[in-house]
Amino acid sequence: MKLKKILIYLAIACCNGTGDVLLKRGMDDLGEIHLSNWPHIFTAFTDPWIILGIVCLTGFFYSYLTALSWADLTFVLPATAFGYVVTAFLSRVFLHEAVSPWRWAGVILITCGVGLVARGPSLTERQETSSGHSSSAQHQASALTNRSTNSPLALKKEQHELA
Amino acid sequence: MSSLKLWIAIGMLVLASSMGDVMLSAAMKRIGDLDEIRSRQGLLAVVSHVLREKLFLLGLSCLIFSFFCLLTALSWGDASLVAPASASLTYICSAILAKFILHENVDRRRWLSAALVCVGVLLLVK
Repeated sequence: MKLKKILIYLAIACCNGTGDVLLKRGMDDLGEIHLSNWPHIFTAFTDPWIILGIVCLTGFFYSYLTALSWADLTFVLPATAFGYVVTAFLSRVFLHEAVSPWRWAGVILITCGVGLVARGPSLTERQETSSGHSSSAQHQASALTNRSTNSPLALKKEQHELA
Repeated sequence: MSSLKLWIAIGMLVLASSMGDVMLSAAMKRIGDLDEIRSRQGLLAVVSHVLREKLFLLGLSCLIFSFFCLLTALSWGDASLVAPASASLTYICSAILAKFILHENVDRRRWLSAALVCVGVLLLVK
């Protein structure tokens, strides 16, 4: 579970950051787009950098949806911000852009925020009591598992009573 | 006047993108663990599950709408203001919506991290 969390965070951040940098690299090839010749923008789809960037961003969206299928939104969102950190590093190394000290400060703050959330629980614990459909056996089972985290002794007692 | 117009566009953009994220999150919770579906039924089943979920399509339309708001806002204001302002506001707005609509347990740790990310994104334009 822990590994799964880390992998999905890395996938979201890397795909997001790399995708943006690849798009930027491709748009540099293309030159400025003017409103007067806007159909020019469709030639972007023939540029290999752009295609690679779109592949990366598709991967980002897939991993983002996967993460949302088993984790809270407030857990997943910081991972998308971590993409900016990847972008900052890649644009420094790959596009040779100057990254100011303020930007590095921003990168550090985002990293702290992401680290903080990633260490916490990924999903809100929910008690399924509000549904009203669950049978009493399920209630007892959930009570069992709840108690087992507190003390193994209480669990044994409960099992004894059930038997 | 023009700055009011710009901030209205940014506000709509922030609201649309955080509503979109909230809907996507709710939709994915309804579908269930995508990893499991893929390992049992394959990638095509994942795509069809996702595309058949109405909430997902609604969330996606919100995100597309927010993208057009972004383009509009960018045509009215500087990219160095619009992009980070909307991104950082979206983090805070999404956290608030996640707490009240999705009833997520947004504890102190998550508020702090949302604030850190928000300030961090703002610093990126300096």
